[in-house]
Amino acid sequence: MTLHIEIPEETFGSILAKAFRNTAFVAGFVITLLILAMAIISYVWTPYDVTKLVISDKTQAPSLAHWFGTDHFGRDILSMVMVGARNSIAVALVAVGIGMGVGVPLGAFAAARGSLVDEALMRLNDLVFAFPALLSAIMITAIFGPGAVNAIIAIGIFNIPVFARVARAGALAIWPREFILAARAAGKSSTQISIEHVLPNIATLLLVQGTIQFALGILAEAGLSYLGLGAQPPMPSWGRMLFDAQTRMVVAPWMAIFPGMAIVVTVLGLNLLGDGIADILDPKSRRQR
Amino acid sequence: MTVYLLKRLTIAIATLVLASIVVFAVLEILPGDPARLMLGMNASADQVELLRNQMGLNAPLPWRYLHWAGGLLSLDFGRSYTYSVPVIDLVRERLAVSLPLALIALALSTIIAIPVGLFSASRRGRAGDTVAMGAAQLGVAVPNFWFALMLIYVFAVWLRLVPAGGFPGWGAGLWPALKSLLLPAVALALPQAAILARVTRSALIEVLNEDYIRTARAKGLPYRAVLWRHALRNAMIPVLTILGLQFAFLLAGTIIIENVFYLPGLGRLVFQAITQRDLIVVESVVMLLVAAVIAVNLLVDLSYAVVDPRLRSRQ
Amino acid sequence: MSLLEVENLSLTIGDTPILKGMELSVAPGEVMGLVGESGSGKSMTALTVMQLLPHAARASGRVLFDGIDILAATEDQMCALRGDDIGIVFQEPMTALNPVKTIGEQVAEGIRWHTRASRAEAEERARKMLDRVGLPSAKFPLSRYPHELSGGQRQRVVIAIACALKPKLLIADEPTTALDVVLQAQILDLLRDLVTESRMGLLLISHDLAVVTEMADRITILRHGEVMEAGDTARTLSEQLHPYTRQLAQASMHVPARARPHGVGSSQLLLQVEGVTRDYPGRRTSLFRRAPDIRAVDDVSLSMAPGQSVALVGRSGCGKSTLARMILALDRPSSGTIRFRGESITDKSEAELKPARRDMQVVFQDPYGSFDPRQKVEKLVAEPLHVLDKKPTRAERHEMVAHALHEVGLDQRDMDKYPHEFSGGQRQRLSIARAIITRPKLVVADEPVSALDVSIRAQILDLFAELNQKLGIAYLFITHDLSVARAVTDEVLVMHDGKIVERGKTNEVLDHPQSEAAKVLVTAAPNLQRAIARRMQEQG
Repeated sequence: MTLHIEIPEETFGSILAKAFRNTAFVAGFVITLLILAMAIISYVWTPYDVTKLVISDKTQAPSLAHWFGTDHFGRDILSMVMVGARNSIAVALVAVGIGMGVGVPLGAFAAARGSLVDEALMRLNDLVFAFPALLSAIMITAIFGPGAVNAIIAIGIFNIPVFARVARAGALAIWPREFILAARAAGKSSTQISIEHVLPNIATLLLVQGTIQFALGILAEAGLSYLGLGAQPPMPSWGRMLFDAQTRMVVAPWMAIFPGMAIVVTVLGLNLLGDGIADILDPKSRRQR
Repeated sequence: MTVYLLKRLTIAIATLVLASIVVFAVLEILPGDPARLMLGMNASADQVELLRNQMGLNAPLPWRYLHWAGGLLSLDFGRSYTYSVPVIDLVRERLAVSLPLALIALALSTIIAIPVGLFSASRRGRAGDTVAMGAAQLGVAVPNFWFALMLIYVFAVWLRLVPAGGFPGWGAGLWPALKSLLLPAVALALPQAAILARVTRSALIEVLNEDYIRTARAKGLPYRAVLWRHALRNAMIPVLTILGLQFAFLLAGTIIIENVFYLPGLGRLVFQAITQRDLIVVESVVMLLVAAVIAVNLLVDLSYAVVDPRLRSRQ
Repeated sequence: MSLLEVENLSLTIGDTPILKGMELSVAPGEVMGLVGESGSGKSMTALTVMQLLPHAARASGRVLFDGIDILAATEDQMCALRGDDIGIVFQEPMTALNPVKTIGEQVAEGIRWHTRASRAEAEERARKMLDRVGLPSAKFPLSRYPHELSGGQRQRVVIAIACALKPKLLIADEPTTALDVVLQAQILDLLRDLVTESRMGLLLISHDLAVVTEMADRITILRHGEVMEAGDTARTLSEQLHPYTRQLAQASMHVPARARPHGVGSSQLLLQVEGVTRDYPGRRTSLFRRAPDIRAVDDVSLSMAPGQSVALVGRSGCGKSTLARMILALDRPSSGTIRFRGESITDKSEAELKPARRDMQVVFQDPYGSFDPRQKVEKLVAEPLHVLDKKPTRAERHEMVAHALHEVGLDQRDMDKYPHEFSGGQRQRLSIARAIITRPKLVVADEPVSALDVSIRAQILDLFAELNQKLGIAYLFITHDLSVARAVTDEVLVMHDGKIVERGKTNEVLDHPQSEAAKVLVTAAPNLQRAIARRMQEQG
């Protein structure tokens, strides 16, 4: 797929001004900030202790005392959602880091070298894409044992080809430009050119893809922990909470509603942020999913 | 054209072979001796050794791979340790649930997404577009299993229109069987439809900015005709790409959704097999899914060539 | 009565005024030339007449076409006019056709839509029309796709679409700007014939005064959305009453003042190209067969002395850019050697090339694409300093950039700006500053002025001439534009199909071309003086 990259020509100030006029960006930014703040606050304070079971308070409907209600062990759902945010964000963020850290250099290298290296790398990408990501993540976590770290690795591995692909497509669009030719005529090596000219020009593309993968990572982590393969109890996680809620839908629907809403809001915020950044910086960039 | 076809076909086969090596290797390095697992902890070392020989586990690695791969090709997947039936029978039985589910979901997602994308692109920036894309933005953010839980709550628990889970089997009649697949299909389809609608819209909008759209309008074609005759076909390529990716996603998505609805499908089978270390079942089902994904990607590549004449003449 | 009458037309896009009180008229069968530099609003005038303006555009005033008030017409009325009574040809033939539809479908589509003809009838008419524009169906069947045609052929298809229903008015918006001079002459001939045949009015929009003079009966000169002068072409251009008209005409004919070439006759040759050939592998036609290799450059030899200024002239696709890339060591020849200051550069590694790179720089065509938009001018202009053996300190680097900017007529304070803060002409100055910062012996300039407006082009040519005198830099100018070659070079090489077919003193070759290829180039090149003279003669 060919990719057209419109390189915006503006200063930091004008970009900032434009950002705050962009509804999607502002909404996404605020939501993401709130979720992050919630996760950070949970380290120092939560309304209730999430490790303490109060059986007498079990499955209480939302009230002033428990805004989101309580679960079947009498734990406060709001507190659990707060602590769960920590887990979701950590897993997704590190997985994006793995994907970017490995995928971007690979993609940039493939684009710079071309021919055989490129072909080999792309075929390797095909191979990874042939495995449905979730299935493989389930296999990895099942084989190496459930837990947050293995969930990170499982999700991170599948971020690698995504970033490699985006970086390669972006770099391929930059390489034929005349300013690259000018740099080559000035005697710069392909590594120098990749670092000095190519990467800065595809940074936006990667940033946007980063927010998308972050959001997908949150969804994947929730899926894994729903299947019991993510963070293990007593550490609360959004997916696990939904699993516990499933059999109690009739008596305690709030157990399902609030953790789910937390996922939706987080993912929505990240996607809005990504859309906003794309709109502001690269009006024409085509995002790949 | 033939060069393009052959190249894609070669790549697909090579990917399939590589994938089979990866699957085989991963399961080979797994901790746990299948023979020991089958016989239980009380079996003596001699018994285990005997079974290992019977199962061919002591043969050299490349030979075992060839034997296994040859079996796959002749649809002889071996016997499940836990169910003690040929894997092919298990797969056939479970596929009867998963395949219709994935296909219904894919059809549903396409039927919803393409018209919404068209509608939004043709009314770019107006109220209808904003509402549709707002809904799509929300749809992308919803995890399908949570959406499934909400659907169960509303349609099964509250309104009692459909069963909350389980599958009566196709023997129980077409309608009862379809009815129990309805909610799972909707749960799978809607988040995917949201993605597809967004892709359709942005692909169309990009195409609508092309010079040849202006040429078409300069011929006197009204906007609607330009959209249908010129823009749609050019916008199909990214849409097809996403459709191909979604098929893989839907296949995997069934693992979770089948667990939510207690459907006896392939996803549930593989999930249970993983937890029970029924490796033969795991590797067979994984290979089957991988083959399906590769086949669909090949199909997508071929449909590019149908849509885009430039690919037909390029190598 | 006029066919098209534009009265007091004003147009804004968002808050930006594009046209201010524009006046224009085209009579049936008349060719009206609309001339202006980029940003003058000439393309927007065309889109206003077609009512294909961007959404944010607001037009006021009056546009009458054949008695119909265009600005008040409904979309349905406009659809009936577009393609039937008004046809339009756009600038960029490579993107103007739908890549997934055959040329037959695309030409027949408008015919079917407007005449409700059957598929077979429409196809028959499309076939005739394509035949008329020079694409006979024996060689170019209706089932061809756009990507199977060259740029010039695609422009013919676009013209066929526009003229399929014999419109009363044809609008041609820079129809030949993307084509080389020979194709330009052919397309202009075709347009002229079509217009005469069916008495169409033609609104020809161009930035090129010479083209318009050759084609148009009357001329309207536009600047910043306002009409500067309008009237009979011959009289307007021979009298040049309006200062802007005079400025445009002079810039189009500008030749920089240059003293005798400098340094010629020095003992050692600067550049020697010996028997250089470059093949590209042919397309794979089946699994085991490839089409024969494509020979882009075929056994080319040439040499340049220090300080000499040489033009490499040829049609697009003749291999001149490929040759330039090999001279710059950005591509390697399939065979032959290139020596720079006596040393071969064809078999060197990137590290061994450093000394050569220092003395050899490049200026590209596109002043917008040749700078990394994310870096500041200081860093961009200093980029070639990278090849110096001794890395300059920050202060030295700053000093050198300041000096280079000064030499190309830019301010030292421009160093902290980003490239987008400069106009096209200024960017080309930056490009030149970057090229001369290492004090090279040779600068290869690939169509360095063809993307610039005429007045800017004249200034940049002056700058090239001045630097040649002052610094003794040798130039290799790659161009398809003979006026550029005449302006700044002593010698010219004519390239055709990968071979050098003629070489000699610039004036001699341009005035008395010997080879077929050179003759074609010279006749096809638009020439303002010649065009005015001919117009005057025709009118007696």
